[in-house]
Amino acid sequence: MLSKIDHEFAFIQTAMSLRARRQEILASNLANSDTPNYKARDLDFASALRSAVGASGGTLALATTSAGHIGGMGAGGAAGAAGVKYRSVVQPSLDGNTVDPDVERGHFADNAMQYQFLLERMRGSVEKMKMALSEVR
Amino acid sequence: MSMNNVFHIAASALTAQSMRLNAVASNLANAESAHASTGEGYKAKQVMFQAVAMDRAEPWAQGVRMTEVVEDPRPDRLVYDPKHPLADAKGYVAYPNVDAVEEMVNMISASRSYQTNAEVMATAKDLMSRTLALLQS
Repeated sequence: MLSKIDHEFAFIQTAMSLRARRQEILASNLANSDTPNYKARDLDFASALRSAVGASGGTLALATTSAGHIGGMGAGGAAGAAGVKYRSVVQPSLDGNTVDPDVERGHFADNAMQYQFLLERMRGSVEKMKMALSEVR
Repeated sequence: MSMNNVFHIAASALTAQSMRLNAVASNLANAESAHASTGEGYKAKQVMFQAVAMDRAEPWAQGVRMTEVVEDPRPDRLVYDPKHPLADAKGYVAYPNVDAVEEMVNMISASRSYQTNAEVMATAKDLMSRTLALLQS
């Protein structure tokens, strides 16, 4: 029974942790908008989510950071730097920096909205769960 | 916790940009500090930025760090003013190699970057507090 409850949240949790990671990457881009030779990066959200959710749907592959680790399916955070790619750039600066602050700000705002959308979905799931668990009056 | 890194990244950028603003302020303040053409006077200062990983486990989260303050190698500005007490035999006084236009541009760029990163922080705070409030009510 408890595994069913976990299953309900697993997908949204995975998507949210990936959204948080993308927020982190976009924040890095904005922080380094004046750093020479910094290359703007972004998370390919669709492929990252696909690899995080895995073929079985809902559960996550474990991160194997050492040869001795056993790969398995669990519900941990999404593993590795999968899906992080350099952004193709329109106007690179002379100092080798490829951050376009306007583009990054746009993506940042978009990603924040997507994160909030996932939060609302999570809230909806919690409400449903509460309704099912509460006493019948 | 992924979203926490956003705070660290934005904070590192705020620090770096305020150092840059400090350098601009110092350059502009000393733009008219005359010295003898034979002696050593004030030199325009520029800060150097470098991207730095905030968390070894998460290499994609890159903040920014000021690595060094470099002095502008350009020659001093010589002004012909024989009445000046610091004038040399030919009547020239040396002023620092500060380019006021360049400094103003630097200042605008630094303050824009500062604003952007402050907004990044506000957004991250908003998302974080919404996440914390998820199971309340």
